[in-house]
Amino acid sequence: MATTEEIRTQLAELVNDVAGVPVEDVQLDKSFVDDLDVDSLAMVEIIVGCEEKFGVTIPDEDSKNLKTVGDAVAYIENHS
Amino acid sequence: MTDVVITGMGATTPLGGDLASTWDGLVAGRSGVVALTDEWAAPLAVRIAGTLAQEPSEKIDRVKARRLDRSAQVALIAAEEAWHDAGLGLGEDNPIDPDRLAVCLGSGIGGLHALLDNWDNYRDRGPRRVSPFTIPMLMANAPAANVALLVGAAAAVHAPVSACASSNEAISLAVDQIRLGRADVVVAGGAEATIHALPLAAFGQMQALSKRNDDPTAASRPWDKGRDGFVLSEGSAVLVLESLEHAKARGAKIYGTVAGAGVSNDNHDIVQPDPTGLGQSSAMLKALRESGLSASDIKHVNAHGTSTPQGDVTEAVSIRQALGDAVDDCVVTSTKSMTGHLLGAAGALESVTTMLALHHRIVPPTINLEDPEDDLGIDIAANAARELPGSGELAALNNSFGFGGSNVAVALTTANATGR
Repeated sequence: MATTEEIRTQLAELVNDVAGVPVEDVQLDKSFVDDLDVDSLAMVEIIVGCEEKFGVTIPDEDSKNLKTVGDAVAYIENHS
Repeated sequence: MTDVVITGMGATTPLGGDLASTWDGLVAGRSGVVALTDEWAAPLAVRIAGTLAQEPSEKIDRVKARRLDRSAQVALIAAEEAWHDAGLGLGEDNPIDPDRLAVCLGSGIGGLHALLDNWDNYRDRGPRRVSPFTIPMLMANAPAANVALLVGAAAAVHAPVSACASSNEAISLAVDQIRLGRADVVVAGGAEATIHALPLAAFGQMQALSKRNDDPTAASRPWDKGRDGFVLSEGSAVLVLESLEHAKARGAKIYGTVAGAGVSNDNHDIVQPDPTGLGQSSAMLKALRESGLSASDIKHVNAHGTSTPQGDVTEAVSIRQALGDAVDDCVVTSTKSMTGHLLGAAGALESVTTMLALHHRIVPPTINLEDPEDDLGIDIAANAARELPGSGELAALNNSFGFGGSNVAVALTTANATGR
C-alpha cells in the first residue's frame, strides 16, 4: 500500500503533465481550481489519469467533490 | 471603397518554419515534399507528403500544445509571426482595440488528428479514455478561435470552410469586414494539418494524389505531361489586414493592398472543375471588377495549379478567358510545385507568396515542368524564378478553387506600399 506522500508525489507528476503546474506546488491543502488554476476539462484528465495510475474508479458524482489535492489523495487511499 | 492594406505576414510550411525561410525556398525552387517512412504509411499507395519543416513543438509550450490540434498549433505560429511583423505586441503591449479587431481564418477539414486519435482512444481503451479536449480541438473554427484568443479579437471570429478555397475566402471575407466598417484590423489566413493515413488513403482512392513515391521532390509538377495528382501538405499562413487609414495612423509598414476579391461557384460537380473554365474565370473577372483593375494591369497570376491531370488544363483555359490578350504579358506560376497542396491553407500561403512576389518583383518558379502540356497559352515561370520588369506599380491575382465548386480569386497590388 502506497503512503500518503507516495500518492501525493505521483498525483503531482500527473497534474504537472496535464496542466503544467510545478510538482512542488501540488500540496495537500491546495485547491485544484483556486490555487493551482486547473480548469474543469483538465480536471477530467486528472481524474481519468488517477484511475489509470492508482487502479481506482472515480464516478462523476464523487469526482466533483475532490476539491483539494488532499481530497483526491484521501479518496485514492480509501478506494485502492 | 476603403483601401485594405497588408501590414504583416507569417507562415509555417514544408519549406520553412517562418515566412523568410519559406520565401527563400520558393525563390530557390526547392521542394518541401518528402517520403513518409513511418510504419503507419507503409500500407498506403501514396507515401509522400509536404510535412512541416519545423515541428510546432519547437515553438509551442508542451502543456498548451496538448489542448490544440496540429491545425490550431500551426495557425498560432503563423499568426504570432504575422502579428509581430505588423509591429504589434501581445498582452499588455497590444495596442489594438479588441472591439475593432476580427479574425477570418479558414481550415478545409479542421482538427482531423484530434478526431481520429480520440477515435483510436475510444476503440482501443474505451469511452473514459476520450480526451475532454476532443471537441474544442476538432471543431473547424478552432484555429480561428485560438488565433482570436491570441491577439484579443472581440469584433468577430469567422472560419469559412470551402475546402481548398477556404483561406482565400477568409481573405475575401476579411476585406469585406473592413469595408463594411465592422473592423479596422483583421487577422486573416488559413491552417491545415491532415497528414494522416486516412486522408492519404481517401484522397488516394479518388486518384487525386501523386504516387511518385520513389521521387518525392518531382511529384508535384503542375502542367507537366508527367503529372499524376497533387501532394498533400500541411501548414499555415496568416496576414494582418487593416484599413489604410488605421495603418497610416499607427505608422505601420505596408506591403501592398488587397484590392479586391472575386467569388464564384462552379455549379457543375462536387469535385471535378467545370472543364469550360467559366466558373473559375468568373471569379477572376469579379476580382478585377471589384478592384477597379483591367486585365492588362495583371502582370502575375499565382495559379491554384495543384498538379492534377484535369485541373491544371482547365485553369490555363480560365486564365486565358479572364485576361484575354493580356495573358501574353502575365507571368503565371504554381508554387504548389514546391510546397505541395496545403488544402485550406493554400489560398493564404499563396496570397502571402503573391504579395512577396510583387514586393520583391520576382515570381517563384514552377519546378518540375520538363514537358509542358501542349497549347496551354499561358507564360509559366518554368523551373527558374522570373523577374517582373519595370519599376512601376504591380498587380496580381491569386487563385484558389475548392471541392464543392468554390472559386476565389484575390487581387493584390503594390498600391500604398511603404518602400521596399
